[in-house]
Amino acid sequence: MSGVRVLVGTRKGAFILTSDGKRQNWEVSGPHFGGWEIYHVKGSPADPNRLYASQSSGWFGQLMQRSDDGGKTWQPVGNAFAYDGVPGTHQWYDGTPRPWEFKRVWHLEPSLTDPDVVYAGVEDAALFRSTDAGATWHELSGLRTHTTGTSWSPGAGGMCLHTILLHPDDPQRIVVAISAAGAFRSDDGGATWRPINRGLVSAQIPDPTAEVGHCVHRIAMHPSRPDVFFMQKHWDVMRSDDAGDSWREVSGNLPTDFGFPIDVHAHEPETIYVIPIKSDSEHYVPDGKLRVYRSKSGGEEWEALTAGLPQTNCYVNVLRDAMAVDSMEACGVYFGTTGGQVYASADAGDSWTAIVRDLPAVLSVEVQTLA
Amino acid sequence: MIRVVLPAHLRALARVDADVDVSVEGDVTQRALLDALEARYPVLRGTIRDQFTLRRRPYVRFYACERDLSHEPPDAALPEAVAAGAEPFLIVGAMSGG
Repeated sequence: MSGVRVLVGTRKGAFILTSDGKRQNWEVSGPHFGGWEIYHVKGSPADPNRLYASQSSGWFGQLMQRSDDGGKTWQPVGNAFAYDGVPGTHQWYDGTPRPWEFKRVWHLEPSLTDPDVVYAGVEDAALFRSTDAGATWHELSGLRTHTTGTSWSPGAGGMCLHTILLHPDDPQRIVVAISAAGAFRSDDGGATWRPINRGLVSAQIPDPTAEVGHCVHRIAMHPSRPDVFFMQKHWDVMRSDDAGDSWREVSGNLPTDFGFPIDVHAHEPETIYVIPIKSDSEHYVPDGKLRVYRSKSGGEEWEALTAGLPQTNCYVNVLRDAMAVDSMEACGVYFGTTGGQVYASADAGDSWTAIVRDLPAVLSVEVQTLA
Repeated sequence: MIRVVLPAHLRALARVDADVDVSVEGDVTQRALLDALEARYPVLRGTIRDQFTLRRRPYVRFYACERDLSHEPPDAALPEAVAAGAEPFLIVGAMSGG
């Protein structure tokens, strides 16, 4: 019987929410790794029983966990993330050089075809890959050693590599995004990289053609159109139709174009979702109303989706990795809040229900559609 | 045998529910003890000290015999009572954060 498995990372552990295809009744398991920050949990598209999780704490550092049975049991795997060669420096907040220092894994992206291959985006910004199911990790250092690397500086949340997009057919193409360096693309399997930030305009950067320095929050792509990207930038929702070579703004009638997550409908590549946040200094939804905004035209024209979502006295945030879509016939959309709610829509956003309301602050939400 | 008291999160990681006993060959130093502990419980690598520099993680402290040994050189001898197994070596997660 088909169903879905929602993988939730929170400030104090991981939770797994499962339901059948109707997505009305849910089983909740967890906390897994209670008390630890779980930045991300993600399943392998090639083997849905294979899950990877990033487990960390300020006390005890970074651990990595793997499950081979859909999250019932877990085993720790390799947690040695060594930068390639002499790491050098990037730019610190005050403009001084700062040695690269590994802090944590923000995002995991399993290979589309091989369950033993998984990418990890880390802070301080770098891309690692494991080809042995997480036992060992090796840096794809062509990214960090790009000529602009010494000028990269952290966003307020740290200098994290938070987005990894794998091309559905071309294993040579990888796209990543870093706060606050920007987006980068490799067309040779991660050996070399180039910034793809043309058209991004950031008020804090006086040079309108700045190659790097943009605070990209998230990029989404529909697998049927791998050259079309949608970006939630610090401010501005952006779109590229040429694999990032150029960008244009599609914020349109959004009440605010600040936010973190962005995602694409599983079956309609021009239907996209964002969750506007009031501002970068307030980090909660505007007007006390939790509203998902949907565009069915690839941006510019947006409609507020509110049914089932709190419309008074709501002041949560939704973080960059905390929204996902399933691929059931009626596309399901999911997101988690810093208030600990995980909301689900089984009708592409028209109506919402809370699967759980009182988890720790949600850091990430992923969903697996199970055959 | 040297008795080591782990903080709750590390006990869970190591899948032990009590103090652990560790055998150390040669001089009983902080470094030798942690090497032996990590060899017995590889999952603890990187959680007490950095994977590569082997420096104590900032929010981890070491205590024994009612003394804070956190700033002792890693190759200094641990107290005789610890080496003899009479007193435990405590690895403590610092109180911070809330």
